[in-house]
Amino acid sequence: MHPAPSVIVFTVLSGMGFGLLAFLGAGLPAPSGWAAFFHWGLGYSLAVGGLLASTFHLGNPQRFLRAFTQWRSSWLSREAIASVACLLALAPVALSNWLGFGWPRALGLIGAVLALATIFCTAMIYAQLKTIPRWNHWTTPALFVAFAGAGGAILAGQSGAGAVMSALLLALLLAAFRIGDGAFAARAQTLGTATGLGTIGPVQGTVRVFEQPHTSPNYLMREMIYLVARKHVQKLRSVTLIGAGIAPALLLPLTPPSLLGFAVIALVHLTGAFAARWLFFAQAEHVVGLYYGQR
Amino acid sequence: MTSLPTHTEKKLGLAIDLDTCVGCQACVTACKGWNDQGYGAPLSDQDPYGAAPSGAFLNRVHSYEITPDQGAAVIVNFPRSCLHCEDAPCVPVCPTGASYKRVEDGIVLVNEDACIGCGLCAWACPYGAREMDGDVGVMKKCTLCVDRIYNEHLPEEDRVPACVRTCPTGARHFGDFADPDSTVSQLAKQRGGYDLMPDLGTRPTNKYLPPRRKDAPDMSAPLAPLLDIQATGFAGWLDKVLGKI
Amino acid sequence: MNTQPRLAPNHPIGDEVRRTTCYMCACRCGINVHMKSGEVAYIEGNRDHPINKGVLCAKGASGIMQINAPSRLRAPLKRVGPRGSGAFEEISWDEALALAVSWLKPLRETAPEKLAFFTGRDQSQSFTGWWAQAFGTPNYAAHGGFCSVNMAAGGIYTIGGAFWEFGQPDWDRTKLFILFGVAEDHDSNPIKIGLGKLKARGVRVVGVNPIRTGYNAVADDWLGITPGTDGLLILSLIHCLFQAGKIDLDYLAQYTNAPLLVVEDGPEAGMILKNAESQPFVIDRRTGAPAPWDAKGVQPDLGAVYQGNRTVFQHMAQRYLAPEYAPEAVADRCGLPAARIRALAADLARVAFDEAIEIAQAWTDFRGNEHSKMVGRPVSFHAMRGISAHSNGFQTARALHLLQIVLGSVETPGGYRLKPPYPKPVDAHPTPHFTAAAGKPLAGPHLGYVRHPDQLALKPDGSPARIDKAFTWDAPFSAHGLMHMLIPNAHAGDPYRIDTLFLYMANMAWNSSMNSGEVIKMLTDRDADGGYVIPRIIYSDAYASEMVAYADLILPDTTYMERHDCISLLDRPISEPDAAGDSIRWPVVEPDRDVRPFQSVMLDLGARLGLGPMVKEDGSAKFKDYADYIQNHIRRPGVGPLIGWRGADGSQTGRGDANPNQLDRYIENGGFFQAHVPAEGAFYKPWNMAYQEWAVQTSLFESPQPYLFSIYSEPMRRFQAAASGIGPHQPPDHLRATLKRAMDPLPIWYSPYAENDFTIHALTQRPMDMYHSWGSQNAWLRQIRGRNFLYIPTKIWQQHGFKDGDYARVTSPTGQITVPAAHMAALNENTVWTWNAIGKRKGAWALDDDAPESTTGFLLNHLISELQPDQGDGIRRSNSDPVTGQAAWFDLRVKIENAGPQVAASPAFAPISRAVPRGKTRKAPK
Repeated sequence: MHPAPSVIVFTVLSGMGFGLLAFLGAGLPAPSGWAAFFHWGLGYSLAVGGLLASTFHLGNPQRFLRAFTQWRSSWLSREAIASVACLLALAPVALSNWLGFGWPRALGLIGAVLALATIFCTAMIYAQLKTIPRWNHWTTPALFVAFAGAGGAILAGQSGAGAVMSALLLALLLAAFRIGDGAFAARAQTLGTATGLGTIGPVQGTVRVFEQPHTSPNYLMREMIYLVARKHVQKLRSVTLIGAGIAPALLLPLTPPSLLGFAVIALVHLTGAFAARWLFFAQAEHVVGLYYGQR
Repeated sequence: MTSLPTHTEKKLGLAIDLDTCVGCQACVTACKGWNDQGYGAPLSDQDPYGAAPSGAFLNRVHSYEITPDQGAAVIVNFPRSCLHCEDAPCVPVCPTGASYKRVEDGIVLVNEDACIGCGLCAWACPYGAREMDGDVGVMKKCTLCVDRIYNEHLPEEDRVPACVRTCPTGARHFGDFADPDSTVSQLAKQRGGYDLMPDLGTRPTNKYLPPRRKDAPDMSAPLAPLLDIQATGFAGWLDKVLGKI
Repeated sequence: MNTQPRLAPNHPIGDEVRRTTCYMCACRCGINVHMKSGEVAYIEGNRDHPINKGVLCAKGASGIMQINAPSRLRAPLKRVGPRGSGAFEEISWDEALALAVSWLKPLRETAPEKLAFFTGRDQSQSFTGWWAQAFGTPNYAAHGGFCSVNMAAGGIYTIGGAFWEFGQPDWDRTKLFILFGVAEDHDSNPIKIGLGKLKARGVRVVGVNPIRTGYNAVADDWLGITPGTDGLLILSLIHCLFQAGKIDLDYLAQYTNAPLLVVEDGPEAGMILKNAESQPFVIDRRTGAPAPWDAKGVQPDLGAVYQGNRTVFQHMAQRYLAPEYAPEAVADRCGLPAARIRALAADLARVAFDEAIEIAQAWTDFRGNEHSKMVGRPVSFHAMRGISAHSNGFQTARALHLLQIVLGSVETPGGYRLKPPYPKPVDAHPTPHFTAAAGKPLAGPHLGYVRHPDQLALKPDGSPARIDKAFTWDAPFSAHGLMHMLIPNAHAGDPYRIDTLFLYMANMAWNSSMNSGEVIKMLTDRDADGGYVIPRIIYSDAYASEMVAYADLILPDTTYMERHDCISLLDRPISEPDAAGDSIRWPVVEPDRDVRPFQSVMLDLGARLGLGPMVKEDGSAKFKDYADYIQNHIRRPGVGPLIGWRGADGSQTGRGDANPNQLDRYIENGGFFQAHVPAEGAFYKPWNMAYQEWAVQTSLFESPQPYLFSIYSEPMRRFQAAASGIGPHQPPDHLRATLKRAMDPLPIWYSPYAENDFTIHALTQRPMDMYHSWGSQNAWLRQIRGRNFLYIPTKIWQQHGFKDGDYARVTSPTGQITVPAAHMAALNENTVWTWNAIGKRKGAWALDDDAPESTTGFLLNHLISELQPDQGDGIRRSNSDPVTGQAAWFDLRVKIENAGPQVAASPAFAPISRAVPRGKTRKAPK
């Protein structure tokens, strides 16, 4: 799949943002005054900024309100609703923290659950697609939640939780890479099965593309066929594992809690997260590529 | 609405004969031409005279080569467009309800006024049946020429999709698969019509008719010479052959 | 919950339908052009039209992008910089025509042959030929010489008709169909419709072609033959049929010259034996005595010997029974297993004879014999350039017709059916006219069918009368001229120098020339005085093709929807086996540029030059425009360009006075007219009196023209005899051996190749979705096919270690190219090929300079020379069939190397200046 910058930025930032909001909603930490303003402000900025980034890949973003209507069937619609519900639910909590109203925290817990739900819905947009075997697996929502958890914990200054979530993320990444690399093959789909040629009827044999249906690229090829070099993958996987998992897991317990320390670790984590998300798209192979003899 | 209907009254679709398609691309441009002025926004082209011209087309014709274990390789031309699946995966993923399957005839359509152009339906489709229009940013797909097949301004015989009407070899057949007596149902039955990627559970309406057996001439009964010309000479042959007039 | 949008998909397509004729290729299909507010909105096939019956190909359906193409020329242009620089200025039509007159008038008054007027994909040849005849130049032809003249001439000299426009398989009745060497669009929709009918009936289709694409992809059996050996395969099939006695003896005896006698010895040796009245005769089986060939009740004896002279049939049997034609003897050369050849022969015999069909239709033959039914041999064939564009193509085409004849399947139900005005015997065709005289028209049409050496277009000193050397000993039967030799000969001043080269719709500076790079040099070459070797070039086309840059004066044509045209029985009509048909184009939109229809411009130019048939007695223009000509031109008394609605009131068909409302009647009828053959005349047309009388009535002939199929060609024997030193007209010595072999009066096969170490055959095919040069800039079609590859068979692919992305360096005896390579298994193992005319030159066709057509796109033309390498006698012969001059495109053989990954194809030509601006996006009308 084409690693569109808007979608990568959206999923990484909003994931981290909703992760932070979940922690804040749960009261971990429960800052007050200007500290609360900056904590909540960061959470909202990342979440809303990410959502805004996602609209850049829409053909007609002005119709976005319609995206709230199809919650019965569409994970994308559910994500929209969950995200707005989360942002609304947490708003009083944030205000209370900032301005010291001392309102009860129950709404915060609801908001935290909604933040996790948002992240889960985002992940399910990808995980539901049978057409993309690498994504169509439980590891996809697990990874998204773990990224939000690790990223959110770092931003929330939760060293312990951050280290544990990072270690969990590392394990999930390793699992997802391993399972994902075999996912397409596991479906046993080939050009021969996709076309039925070579397996159905009296003419059978090895099928290959003779001529493409169009010699210049189209939407499908640009959107769903992306070739990434193996060498490149190895490098980015190292960045991912070290940046998103190993480094935070090791550094968080060792680094004294300071703004600078968390900021550095957050940036390291973010680098890994961007590499991971780029690979998530770039390495995802859509079955339509079979028809073009390319994946 | 993005929920799929549990049942459609008709199952309109195409039977595509891979034994007859010569890969001429006529259906591709007939479709482009019709949909350039028909349902929804015109199909735009980007960079039409440049290095990478790229436009929206709703129908594409591939060309594949099959090499059997024994004998000569075969070329099969393979038209690909929306299969109007009964369990169309492109429909439930749509966040706005723009993508829907019609209850009366099973046609899968995009309501362009509601489409935000997120592209998720195209991701959900295993067959590459949907292409985003680069100009207006809405998803385009085969409408089965919904604006032809019920169009009372057209003569009755023209109320078929543009690709079917234009196909010079008659390799594309249009009809109702819910009616077991329809031409398309009968063709699918007689010729072993099959589904694409059935394991994905999409239950396509369109059926592909497989290529017939190739390169199997009867070599068992070559012509027997009238006589042994070496022995009888040419005159003997002439007598024998002309005696038959 | 299911609430669907309420759709009302029930709107009219447009506000008006205008029915005219397509021109996206040479098929001439009927189209319905749907108009919205005066603009073309949608194009579909016309269901009533005889050619396409409603269907339309990929090109036709993309016509809207053609009529709006940015490559359309916009105004007359005059060259202001050096030729080839592309520096032009726009001028008015008055200036343009005055300039043309100032060049042409002196030529007309002194030496009309100094104008060479050649047209490319012209569909108005009866008009352009008439114009050239009025001008008085012998130098006129269209593109047939580099297209398929072998197929046309081979057919005319044998059965009085040929493939494509001349006839078609009996698609509704045939039970076995064999397709030889058909480029994907020859012809386009009719073959596809026909194949569709066969597939629907489950009829077996056999493809004989080195390449298994397109029509061959759907063939049930594929014979991946070695290029140039089709004739050998065909003669081997004939061998098998003769050996088994599976030949239609009655058909041969009644309808062919098989029972005629061949003079055995003496000065007339090899000629058909004639009686005292100079008539050929047969030996009647009933009496054993000579009898007129066309007398009622005669039963010609195929086995007769008369005064030591044997029948044609015996010559045939002797030749084709020879072991050299046995499948086992030809198998290796053809690249096919002998058993496959034997199996095909058995199939042909079984279907033709064991599965014969009958139609209960009585008919009367030209001898007066009455027949109660029509017997059919339901085996049919089609062939085209694949067998035609070889230097043995004429003989191969004849061999294929011979195969049809021995099966009794020409003009019989289920077999091959000719389309009016064919069948037409070779003797009913004109012979060439070529004598130029100052200020005078030519005495008759330029092109014709030579029967005798004294009809050759030679001047009294024996030198060629025509610039292309057509109808000389180099190519005696060059019925379509030799357009591919035009520029080389004009450049060499051989046989003489010309002044003005006038071309229409012929991209001679690119894909329509052999050796395009050399031709470009010839067009720009200067002599010692600094003038151009070819002094003046006028070009007319609708689009900014590569040729535009090399002209001095451009006369911009309209697109096909902006003009009148006439698809006439006088040249290449749209007949069907059951009906004569002709059609028109008419302006469905007005030009938005300062362009004029070419034919109207020619009439204007003719009037300004004072050409007889184009001026009234007072010297003013006789025809207002081409539409006026179409309605009012009288070719012979009562006969004009169109046969429908003739006579002042439009009540007559075929013959009648001009009708001032004729075009309106055509428009009302969808742009075409058909005159139906009576049922009694539907088959056996050359011998069927009901057909012959109908043909006279319909103006195809002036009198009935029954004839016998020429299995044995007496005109060919005359040339063969001359090559042996017999007769007063003698060829140059260096051509004797070639003519003796090639002019064999019975079909033979000879290798078209020189012995050398270039062993890989290289071919081109025309894609079904792109036509020549004028489709390639179409914005829709170029998305489908804007790149081409050299397809390489598995054996060579592996041998050279090719990988995807590699380029191939391809070398011929005269050129080298380096081009993108791709693998193909369904291909003859010694053949490579590519799609024709995808490669474009930078700057042409309004494409960007980085368009794939001009970066990775390529032509094979650079590998093909119009002259063959010297074979050791110091003479470079034309790369053409020695009989017809057909350009031998497919004789090309090459060597291949792996050039590894490259970024662009070579040779790369410098960009030419743009005659029109770069193309931009078009918005569809809404």
